Amino acid sequence: MARKIVDLITSLKLTIVCLAAGMALILAGTLAQVHLGIHEAQQRYFQSWLVWWPAEGNGFRIPIFPGGHLIGAILLINLIAAHAKRFRWTWRKLGIHLTHAGLIIMLAGGLFTDLFAVESHMRLSRGDTRNYSEDQRHMELAVIDTTDNDLDQVTGIPESVLKTNRTINHWSLPFRIVVRNFYQNASLKISNEGSLRPIANQGPGAMIAVQPLAPTTAQDERDVPAAAIEILPKDGGSLGTWLVSDALGAPQTLSCGGRTWMLAMRTARYYKPYSVTLQKFTHEKYAGTEIPKNFASKVTLIDPERNVSRDVLIYMNHPLRYRGETFYQAGFQQDDSATILQVVHNPSFLAPYVACVIVAAGLLVQFGFHLVGFARQKRIVVT
Amino acid sequence: MKRFIPLIVLLVMAGWIAGNWMPPKIAPNEFDLSKFGRIPVLVGGRVKPLDTVARNSLLIIHGKQELRLEDGRNLSAIQWLADVLFNASVADQYPVFLVQNDEVLGLFGWEQSQRKYFSFAEFSPFLKQIEEQGDQADKLEAVQRSAYQSAILNLRNGLVLYQRLKNSVQLEGTQNFAAELQAYEANLPGAAKAAVQAQRGESFDHSKLNDVAELIQKYEKVSEMAYALAVPPAKGSTDWHSVGDSLLHSVATGEIPPIVADYAQIGDAFRAGNHAAFDQHVDAAANWFATEQPGAVKRASFEFLFNRLQPFTQSMALYVLAFLLACASWLGWTRTLNRTAFYLLLLALAIHSFGLFSRMWLQERPPVTNLYSSAIFIGWGAVIVSLILERIFRDGIGAACAGAIGFVTLIIAHHLAGSGDTLEMLQAVLDTNIWLATHVVAITTGYSAMFLAGMLAIIYIVRGVFTSSLKKETANSLARMTYGVVCFATLFSFVGTVLGGIWADQSWGRFWGWDPKENGAVLIVLWCAIILHARWGGFIRQRGLMMMAVFGNIVTSFSWFGVNMLGVGLHSYGFMQKAFPWLLGFMISQLALITIASLPLEHWKSFRTSRISSGEELPDASTA
Repeated sequence: MARKIVDLITSLKLTIVCLAAGMALILAGTLAQVHLGIHEAQQRYFQSWLVWWPAEGNGFRIPIFPGGHLIGAILLINLIAAHAKRFRWTWRKLGIHLTHAGLIIMLAGGLFTDLFAVESHMRLSRGDTRNYSEDQRHMELAVIDTTDNDLDQVTGIPESVLKTNRTINHWSLPFRIVVRNFYQNASLKISNEGSLRPIANQGPGAMIAVQPLAPTTAQDERDVPAAAIEILPKDGGSLGTWLVSDALGAPQTLSCGGRTWMLAMRTARYYKPYSVTLQKFTHEKYAGTEIPKNFASKVTLIDPERNVSRDVLIYMNHPLRYRGETFYQAGFQQDDSATILQVVHNPSFLAPYVACVIVAAGLLVQFGFHLVGFARQKRIVVT
Repeated sequence: MKRFIPLIVLLVMAGWIAGNWMPPKIAPNEFDLSKFGRIPVLVGGRVKPLDTVARNSLLIIHGKQELRLEDGRNLSAIQWLADVLFNASVADQYPVFLVQNDEVLGLFGWEQSQRKYFSFAEFSPFLKQIEEQGDQADKLEAVQRSAYQSAILNLRNGLVLYQRLKNSVQLEGTQNFAAELQAYEANLPGAAKAAVQAQRGESFDHSKLNDVAELIQKYEKVSEMAYALAVPPAKGSTDWHSVGDSLLHSVATGEIPPIVADYAQIGDAFRAGNHAAFDQHVDAAANWFATEQPGAVKRASFEFLFNRLQPFTQSMALYVLAFLLACASWLGWTRTLNRTAFYLLLLALAIHSFGLFSRMWLQERPPVTNLYSSAIFIGWGAVIVSLILERIFRDGIGAACAGAIGFVTLIIAHHLAGSGDTLEMLQAVLDTNIWLATHVVAITTGYSAMFLAGMLAIIYIVRGVFTSSLKKETANSLARMTYGVVCFATLFSFVGTVLGGIWADQSWGRFWGWDPKENGAVLIVLWCAIILHARWGGFIRQRGLMMMAVFGNIVTSFSWFGVNMLGVGLHSYGFMQKAFPWLLGFMISQLALITIASLPLEHWKSFRTSRISSGEELPDASTA
């Protein structure tokens, strides 16, 4: 039995089945992008262990196909196991060993990236300075103690916590936060008689009705979450219920325990020990056309910890790499008034570079052997 | 005698092409536009000769690079453009606009008939309606448009282009442009003085201001409309300007750029039918350009020549002929026909290469920058590898592949050229020669190899099933070639795909984004890996290899074209709905070939007699 299992996981048939399954999955995932958008299709097909049908909902669901992670993992195990079992060092096999070693690095690096890479954005108007980047796909509830004049204390509660935890009790806050309602995507309207009733009784939210919406799949839109939260001071009582959503412009203020707090639902922030200031954004077009020729952001990078203060030009194919993060020119506001930099933290970004070189060398050696053999054989045939 | 046949055929074909390359004869009553067509202008961000502007515009509006008039006369693109620029009322009557959609015709109350081409004059009462309808269609994504909406949008865009073209060097309808400019230049100082006086509130001469004001209005219109920027940058600047722009600028300088005056003279001479004056002023303009913009003139002249030589059309003809000869060689006269095909292929490749490198020089880019150039390059790569195979095996198979793939890819390129300039400027993110030269070239070389492997397999299947010419040695060498080419494809597809990832890491900060084009590339790599592993594991033999190689054609065509039709992602350049039926047809034909190949071997004509199972023929996998 154990032998059979070993045979199975080291078999070439399993490799071929995995590769074929990978092709089918990629084809299905690519076609699905037409309706789902790249991000959603990627989540369902490639960055998942199983592909489910129906794709969403809490009801009856069955897995219909292995997802990208599962196929990748099996391939990785198959590759490593087969080599562990059959590995014999000969020069003739050098190419094969190199190729597969490179592939192992590439697959492992891909998995690592999927798990640990963080992508966020930094949107800067001219003259703006930021020491954080924002995650467009995740929101947070920021509870900010603004009592001190020169220092704000920010407590960020991630969207995932709001979604699942009914009561949030954090040491930094003198009150508990109870989530009364949470909507993944919603639109806000001024509440009229007879229509939807407000779900909050404090602040502007007391006059606003919340219309729940289905999560969006369009590539250029994002969900606008909304929640009703009740503030319960730790020494008893209730301050009332607030509506929080990033569709509400300004943050809302409340007082508790002699201190002033602000509440805001906003995109999740990643703070950095340095700051970036936009000096200038340029958007060049080819003369007489609308074809973009170049986008460039001139920024000033200031890092007091490392005594860095310098100007950097970020433009097409020329990102800024700094302290493990990479800043790319990703977009701009329609009227060219602001630049959007993509900020990526990917600890395994070197893996594909290394893997590519190793695999290419391996394939060259392997096919080089074939070619030599081929030419030799041909010569025999000819003579 | 037989020995000389290949050489004679080669010389005949070379002579035929040389004949095609002779400059066209000019009838005594026609203008010589060859110098005029070389004058450089800036359109679409690129400096190009007027001849190119004429060809591309006519291609967009008319679907062809030549215009046949109702009286049976043929107009070349540059002849048409000269009329459009200088004699718009005549050009308005030419049947240039291609409209085939019956709903569009119905919009004007016209019934569909034999006539496909319509003149600007016929549309002029409906311009407002066309614009409204076109704007509605423009708001939709290309995928969502109905046939009517695509057609009306095309018509609108064509009409806009045509009207802008008409007003590129003068306001349409202007008769004595040179005289008008002289008056303008003469009146400018007086008008400037009057304007200053008016501003200060002093008394001034109204008539002096009025003379110029009317013209300024005219030139503002020309400046708004202009399609081509005809005035090269002044010293110390890099910006080209339209004639209208520079005439407005003259208010400040008090001077009219000499090239604008030349254009005016050329136009007046053209309208007057004065050949001598026309030639004289074209010469003056050409000489002025040669001293002011020697670089632009060099490129524009070369591009003019390139346009006339049409290298890809010439090599297309040679490829077909070579393919037929190579196939015929399997029936008899083997050596002679083989050699003839080989010689013709060398000539075709030389011309094909000339075209490819000329484009690279003109654009100052690596060979592949858009879908059009990818077709040219895929054909070129496949032909070279095929010819190497032909040199090794000398059995006509490489020659047949070269002919077939060369021809088909150039036909595809020809049909991809309909959207205008194939040397268009690159989007900002693609503006990097290093990655274009490595990633894109490796990927397209991978496509070449995949198609070549597929073609070899098709030859195996067709010869094996339908003829008795597939001998054991031929079958074995076909299998070896296919296997070798698949290895080659694996290497290039893999390296190309990973380089693409590295480029993405450099540009967007992520190695892999599951963009459709990336997925298409990885599909090819996976398919190659499956073929190789199936072969090494002994799961497939000769016939299985062939069937899988044919399926590789489907995978590659999906990756090359199919993903672009999805309209998603960063690589969705060159959306082409029109190609969809062709792609589908191609895929179905490949599936049909695979089905045919799965016929039991006793139904294969070649194997029926020899009764050799394909398994026994298989050369030892490790030595292949």
